[in-house]
Amino acid sequence: MLSVEGLEARYGGARVLNGVTLDLRRGEVHAVLGRNGMGKTTLVRAVMGLSSPLVTAGEARLGDARLTGLPPHRVARLGVALVPQGRRLFPSLSVTEHLTLLKPAGARTGWTMERVFAAFPRLAERRKHRGGQLSGGERQMLAVGRALMADPTFLLMDEPSEGLAPVMVRALETVVAQLRAEGLGILLVEQNLYSALAVADRVSVLETGRVVHAASAAAVASDPGALTRFLGVH
Amino acid sequence: MLGFQLLNGFTFAALLFVVASGFTLIFGLLRIVNLSHGALYLLGGYVALAVSGWTGQFAAGVLAAMAAVALAGLALDQGLLRFVRGYELRQVLLTVGVAFVLNDLALVVWGGDTFTVPTPEALTGATEVLGVFYPTFRLFVLAAGALVFMLLSLLIHRTRLGALIRAGVDDAEMVAATGIDIRRVFLGTFMLGSALAGLGGALGGAFLSLYPGADAEILVFSLAVVIIGGRGSLLGAALGALLIGLLNTFGQVWFPELAYFVVFGPMALLLAFRPFGLFGRPA
Ligand SMILES: Nc1ncnc2c1ncn2[C@@H]1O[C@H](COP(=O)(O)OP(=O)(O)O)[C@@H](O)[C@H]1O
Ligand SMILES: [Mg+2]
Repeated sequence: MLSVEGLEARYGGARVLNGVTLDLRRGEVHAVLGRNGMGKTTLVRAVMGLSSPLVTAGEARLGDARLTGLPPHRVARLGVALVPQGRRLFPSLSVTEHLTLLKPAGARTGWTMERVFAAFPRLAERRKHRGGQLSGGERQMLAVGRALMADPTFLLMDEPSEGLAPVMVRALETVVAQLRAEGLGILLVEQNLYSALAVADRVSVLETGRVVHAASAAAVASDPGALTRFLGVH
Repeated sequence: MLGFQLLNGFTFAALLFVVASGFTLIFGLLRIVNLSHGALYLLGGYVALAVSGWTGQFAAGVLAAMAAVALAGLALDQGLLRFVRGYELRQVLLTVGVAFVLNDLALVVWGGDTFTVPTPEALTGATEVLGVFYPTFRLFVLAAGALVFMLLSLLIHRTRLGALIRAGVDDAEMVAATGIDIRRVFLGTFMLGSALAGLGGALGGAFLSLYPGADAEILVFSLAVVIIGGRGSLLGAALGALLIGLLNTFGQVWFPELAYFVVFGPMALLLAFRPFGLFGRPA
């Protein structure tokens, strides 16, 4: 289980996380919702061990292992992978190079390049293209594929549906559901409540760096009004 | 006469490329403007001078220069720069300090005289090209520059380490988040870039000569090359070196009193239109 306990974090003098507590089990999708600027990306970055923000209290744990304080590559090797907001592909790398950065092309265990191409056939057709030459949907698929090549048990996805056409959002939901079925735990950061509800098991709402509401997706679906009040109009 | 000047321009460009390619690799990946790169060049030249003197082998001098300067890079990165990671101004100031210290050390050990690294028998004398007799060693430097360009291109574009370096130039944080210890890639690149400064020093020590202050001259030219070519771009460094090499040579011939302007004027003009250089990208 990936657990976050009382996490506080700041950028310079600005405190952004004010004691976030939540957990993520294998084989579930936990949606983290919240309006712009509420600290969702900051939470994901802090869990991943990226150099900013600075974590000042609390911790993230993976089972018995403390993640907080580890450099990002160690967090990744323990089984936590990131699909960052805005994709952040490498403009100078081809599709194949994105997928073989961590593992050589001939790797035969866990996620392999062939398996990613089987899951995302569009990427296979574009294997020689560079990150910058892909369409929005292909970019997101590549960002997911790149993260999967680390054989994660937990996946942190930061607004994956942002900027995607509705048909691509549906495709993404299918992918998320498949990964969950394979036993991955997915922290799904979203601004769009309905996109999150399509795949989530649980929902937490982040507001000014705190979880202000947590519920099962079923409960939210039967009474969305309880949530939309936190999220503004949807 | 024109052929001779062209060859002067190309050979100086080859030397500049060797030095500047190391600079741009380090600048591109680690975001460090290493102002001790010129001092590392000079150190490489002196090491080549000493070792080729002892052994009588120019090749031994070259290899020793590359190894010694790579180790100096290792010490600089792990001993000093590691503690100011992420603070650009502190990094730059630190490298300036290191440049002063290395210069003073060189002055103590080698004094203020001018030295030339002895070249092997086979590379002395002149060879006829483009209808002129041209110093063979300078042609060798031209070939060495071309070889370094080819080898670095293969490394950067055809190997997994190269893919890591390119990815790191694009977005080092995402490389780390992918599960790669980017610090090791940083260190390896810093040592490679330093070794190139050492190689440049060995070649330049035979081609130009070694004296206190030679480091600042090569540093200024390398900076111009990297600014023109764009941060972290090998092809940019090659084109930048050609441009600077030719401008410098022809500037000295045609407008000797404006030589610096002829080199840096076009650079400023280019930056007005392409602020990140020919192949650079905003950070
Ligand atoms: N690198 C940064 N430096 C300073 N402040 C930041 C930085 N990144 C985000 N912030 C601030 O932290 C707050 C939370 O941002 P973020 O976590 O990106 O929100 P969200 O992802 O929920 O939209 C915002 O007020 C934002 O302006
Ligand atoms: Mg965000």
